[in-house]
Amino acid sequence: MSENKAVTGTKLRLIKMGDLDPTFKYKIGEISGLENLKLCFQCGTCTADCPIARFSEIYNPRKLLRMTLLGMKERVLSSEAIWLCAACFTCVDHCPQGVDIAAVLRALRNMAAVEGVLPPVFEEIIRNIKTTGCAYRIPELRLKNRIKKGLPPLPKTNVDAIAKLLDILDVTNMKTEKS
Amino acid sequence: MTDLKYLLFLGCVIPYRISSYEISSRKVLNKLDVELVEMPEFNCCGLPIDAVNHEAKLTLAARNLCLAEDQGLNVLTLCPGCAGSLRKTNMALLEDKKLKKRINGYLKEVGLEFKGGKIKVKHIIQILIEDIGLEKIKETIVKPLSELKVAEHNGCHVLRPTKYIGFDDPENPVLLKMLIEATGAQCMDYLYETDCCGAPIVGVNDKIPLYLAGDKLRNIKAVNAQALITVCPFCHLMFDVNQPRIEELLSEKFGIPVLHYTQLLGLAMGLSPKELAIDELRVKPQSILNTT
Repeated sequence: MSENKAVTGTKLRLIKMGDLDPTFKYKIGEISGLENLKLCFQCGTCTADCPIARFSEIYNPRKLLRMTLLGMKERVLSSEAIWLCAACFTCVDHCPQGVDIAAVLRALRNMAAVEGVLPPVFEEIIRNIKTTGCAYRIPELRLKNRIKKGLPPLPKTNVDAIAKLLDILDVTNMKTEKS
Repeated sequence: MTDLKYLLFLGCVIPYRISSYEISSRKVLNKLDVELVEMPEFNCCGLPIDAVNHEAKLTLAARNLCLAEDQGLNVLTLCPGCAGSLRKTNMALLEDKKLKKRINGYLKEVGLEFKGGKIKVKHIIQILIEDIGLEKIKETIVKPLSELKVAEHNGCHVLRPTKYIGFDDPENPVLLKMLIEATGAQCMDYLYETDCCGAPIVGVNDKIPLYLAGDKLRNIKAVNAQALITVCPFCHLMFDVNQPRIEELLSEKFGIPVLHYTQLLGLAMGLSPKELAIDELRVKPQSILNTT
């Protein structure tokens, strides 16, 4: 749909060569599992088979791959669209060129996270993992209710070990959009 | 007969919100002579922070794998997301020596080392099919649900990506259908059956997941299925807990009860709805309980 707009000239955005980062595709292509990135020949199978694209006007994996290959780093990394991949892996299974598209999207998100455009929901997930080992904070009452329901107590994790690992990996310093 | 003893990896979302899945799974696995060992000191499977930092996801997953290697037991998960994350990490670190070395560098700081190739990780339905087998399951059925017509939703991470999961055909999955039919119930085909439920992007978009799940519920209703059967806590939240929100957004009434497969199997094994925590479901399945 957005392509139609571009054709009719209502939302044409020029791409300036000087704004492109020609090394962008190599940085992504060197990540383990993403060596095939440059084989994308823009057939659009990923987008045609994408369940999210059926319901979103802005999510178009083919276009994100093209922008990535062109080196449109800033526009890709600041785009809301990269956060819409549900990681259902349909495109990964269907890509005739063997490009792990979901992993490309993941790599783009990882880079965006470093630049500080992480959606706010992740802030809580990181905090929960660091302080409890779990992505969700399970309330005390629910832990007690397990016993009432005949379930064994939930094993406690080694919170110090988890916090140490997250610190080494520099996850705990990530900033989200609104923080 | 393989030794049916597994390390149970519960993950986060099941103890957080969906104890009905855990309760019913423990009950039916017990009936099938499966022994579950609680996994000590487990942590998040890593999947929720894959978008933030892939190496952190691999490290969190690998820490769990180290704990399983210590116990020397294969891992059973109820959540396909956890199964996918742990399976992929288990395989990727074996395939890529450099990656394994780097991840082990992090793990060394907490006194652990991933060895690899020692244990397997399987989702419950893979264990039901491969390790327990349909024949044994059928032997435990005392109350066949022959009056019941249902539909299934596998959940993406049970099926894809083929490279790391691949025990069923992602284009035409049949194994969950066979498990459902083993209970005597009929399993209906419907349009867009293998599509995602939308749950993974609930935190970043408030409409698309509801449209997606609503589209599936509409297609399920169109084939007159009396219930939807899931094997994933996130899919279950999406179709059961969010069903009233979906109905409101689309101005459409579905009223489709959503049962965990283990609840359906438990009913056919003669367990009571109370024992299977069926009262914890948001969309009340009274209509199907009357049929069974």
